[in-house]
Amino acid sequence: MSKILEKKELVPNIYELLVAAPRIARKTRPGQFVVVMADEQGERIPLTIADFDRDRGTVTLVLMVVGTSSKKIARISVGESMAAIIGPLGVASEIEKLDTVVMVAGGVGTAPVYPIARGFKEAGVRVISIQGARSKDLLFWTDRLAAVSDRHVITTDDGSAGIKGLVTEPLRELLEKDADKKIGAVYAIGPAIMMKFCCKTTEPFGVKTVASLNTIMIDGTGMCGGCRVDVGGTTRFTCVDGPEFDGHQVDWDMLLARQKIYEKEEACSLERYIETIEA
Amino acid sequence: MTAKKKRPRTPRVPMPEQTPSQRIQNFDEVPLGYTPEQAQAEAERCLQCKKPACLKGCPVNVDIPGFIGLVVEGKFAEAARRIKTTNCLPAVCGRVCPQESQCEAQCVLGKKGEPSAIGRLERFVADYERENNLIELPAKTTPTGKKVAVVGAGPAGLTVAGDLICLGYEVTVFEAFHKPGGVLAYGIPEFRMPKRIVQQEVDYLCKLGVNLELNQVVGKSISVDELFDEEGFDAVFVGVGAGLPYFMGVPGESLGGVYSASEYLTRANLMRAYDFPNYDTPIVRGKTVCVVGGGNVAMDSARTARRLGAENVYIVYRRSRQEMPARGEEIHHAEEEGIIFKLLCSPIEYLGDDRSMVRQARCQEMELGEPDASGRRRPIPKPGAEFTIDTEIVIVAIGSGANPILTRNAKGVDLNRRGYIVANDTGRTTRPGVWAGGDIVTGSATVILAMGAGKTAAADIHQYLTAENGQWLPE
Ligand SMILES: Cc1cc2nc3c(=O)[nH]c(=O)nc-3n(C[C@H](O)[C@H](O)[C@H](O)COP(=O)(O)OP(=O)(O)OC[C@H]3O[C@@H](n4cnc5c(N)ncnc54)[C@H](O)[C@@H]3O)c2cc1C
Ligand SMILES: Cc1cc2nc3c(=O)[nH]c(=O)nc-3n(C[C@H](O)[C@H](O)[C@H](O)COP(=O)(O)OP(=O)(O)OC[C@H]3O[C@@H](n4cnc5c(N)ncnc54)[C@H](O)[C@@H]3O)c2cc1C
Ligand code: SF4
Ligand code: FES
Repeated sequence: MSKILEKKELVPNIYELLVAAPRIARKTRPGQFVVVMADEQGERIPLTIADFDRDRGTVTLVLMVVGTSSKKIARISVGESMAAIIGPLGVASEIEKLDTVVMVAGGVGTAPVYPIARGFKEAGVRVISIQGARSKDLLFWTDRLAAVSDRHVITTDDGSAGIKGLVTEPLRELLEKDADKKIGAVYAIGPAIMMKFCCKTTEPFGVKTVASLNTIMIDGTGMCGGCRVDVGGTTRFTCVDGPEFDGHQVDWDMLLARQKIYEKEEACSLERYIETIEA
Repeated sequence: MTAKKKRPRTPRVPMPEQTPSQRIQNFDEVPLGYTPEQAQAEAERCLQCKKPACLKGCPVNVDIPGFIGLVVEGKFAEAARRIKTTNCLPAVCGRVCPQESQCEAQCVLGKKGEPSAIGRLERFVADYERENNLIELPAKTTPTGKKVAVVGAGPAGLTVAGDLICLGYEVTVFEAFHKPGGVLAYGIPEFRMPKRIVQQEVDYLCKLGVNLELNQVVGKSISVDELFDEEGFDAVFVGVGAGLPYFMGVPGESLGGVYSASEYLTRANLMRAYDFPNYDTPIVRGKTVCVVGGGNVAMDSARTARRLGAENVYIVYRRSRQEMPARGEEIHHAEEEGIIFKLLCSPIEYLGDDRSMVRQARCQEMELGEPDASGRRRPIPKPGAEFTIDTEIVIVAIGSGANPILTRNAKGVDLNRRGYIVANDTGRTTRPGVWAGGDIVTGSATVILAMGAGKTAAADIHQYLTAENGQWLPE
């Protein structure tokens, strides 16, 4: 369990890992995640299961290096193992029989979007995907996402690929042109700020919008409450009640604030870790 | 006997402990344990009663005068083994059992003076046996060829595993966390329950042949159905504890720096945030901390906060000291460590700064009214009496409930109104082949009650699996 079988750097700082986890692969459905620990001193961090192969008993994780834990994991060599992998956790996506679904993926959010898009495609739903990144060299899995989409739109902040601008622009256009209301739902997965603005964009159109929240977690099993979010005025635990919620009901500002609770400590931890690996 | 009774009543042999000013600087254990001489002197005080009253107070029937007698003779390892015939975790129980309301509350010596220090002696003999490598593995029994799955590696589950492995079953324990021990590992702090000792107790079970599967969330990684149908288990024991944290629902509870006690203690203990950045998990530190609640969990949180460098730690409790559910020893230790008790008040709102970190707790003063269902006097708000405390951390320790992660996906296992598993006296649930015990049945209770439930269930599992055509539950 938890041995890293393959590893590649997709774009600078984003890694694709193939991990041996037969029990997890057997049970995973789109939208679920694992909690992993790099080593005995490590933090428990959640990562979405970006793909799974029940026959080979593997799961694919896509990891963006942002701090100590993600850096530690990215540095584990092929053939070595993480200290722990736990899952599949969270409630799976509800693959409804819609006419059309729009999947919005921001940055590393492409990875969690992929299995859900595939799930819809397999269920016969028309999939339009919008994939955004800061620039062309940060885009990954464009082929994979295109393969499970009927239409695939790319945006970059600097215009180096696809449409110049943010994902919210093509999203708004799609909704404006959708006179006969074929779009049954929008999925937005990526940085919290992007999800917040996607939800703001869809709200006037009254289209159901699902966001996959990335709160800070520990256990991932409902035992600590650290992952709590305010959804429609009630406290929900992202790890067991989510990670997907009705984006129009989420208190985004609270979510954004709670992601920053440990800013200082994270910076200190990363600085120290970099010192130790350079020493 | 008569000669013994005339012996002058001596006070208890005190147990050396770290001074309060020393211990708030570290996470080491507070009581240091008896020396062999101290243990023998304390054991001498026991009257070896013909009808020992202490036994009535022990939920698992430890032969108290028997083991104390062996201590008098200097047979320390034998004393530990005597305890282990009915209690497989004496090093744990000697540290965390509420002896003052159990065996020691009944001890006849307590009528005129101080009761025999049963807990301290239990701890001493267990430590002696372990530290001197005198632990003996019991003789192997013939395998029954039957498999039992235990869900949860807390006191209840570990007890079941220990008893059934000795009866010849193949036992696998599935634990959600990356470390075994349940609350002993993630909840009770290092300075009360050293994690090394918990690990050694578990290592012992593994040596006996128990398989331990960590990082397995039953209900997610594998279901109860699959344990039977795919993994071929003949029985399943569910001992998943009561780990769902409660919040009060007051405004501002989602601010940064507001924790459930479970999160605070899990970060500090299981994840070792007190040793950050040597360990990667962070925890918010601050000068002032408010802990809401008056039980053991609140005391553990407050004392942990003190060790994490807080200068002012308040226990905010809505009733008076008399109603506080925490153990006397815990309250005493907390007071010695400078924890300040703000009684008869309750938070009604938390206020934060521009980064949404908590900065103030607004509290409502209370007075006591008529006794409620628990028999304790009900706190009622005093109209208009409010005050604020400047604080950087709030720890909500108002209790916990049943976590539905397993039960939601366990067909046929009935739950009561509050989400706990319905089980009979021997732990049988409404689903044939599934037993349950410990906090997931009773709600938050004690280590020894969880172990007691485990013992009873293990005996019943053995009986059921060896009986021919046993009936599950009477119609
Ligand atoms: C359900 C879920 C699925 C996720 N899926 C992916 C994924 O597929 N790929 C990916 O790259 N990232 C994913 N994330 C985010 C990932 O967990 C964080 O980037 C990671 O924890 C950062 O840890 P760090 O030590 O490297 O960075 P740090 O320096 O510790 O923190 C950087 C940022 O990560 C967040 N973070 C820190 N600790 C935790 C924690 N214990 N749990 C969650 N967030 C934390 C903080 O809010 C902070 O903004 C997911 C998060 C959630 C909740
Ligand atoms: C902070 C604190 C201090 C305490 N102090 C004392 C004290 O001093 N004295 C005393 O007697 N009692 C004390 N208690 C109470 C005591 O610890 C509990 O009553 C006792 O641990 C209950 O044992 P248990 O085996 O039922 O459950 P737990 O100890 O809760 O163990 C349950 C285990 O099951 C695991 N689990 C949960 N769900 C799953 C799942 N789906 N799949 C797999 N594994 C799962 C959990 O991770 C956990 O390891 C304290 C409790 C707390 C929280
Ligand atoms: S511990 Fe107390 S009650 Fe028990 S045998 Fe000794 S003196 Fe009697
Ligand atoms: S991560 Fe602990 S409750 Fe969700």
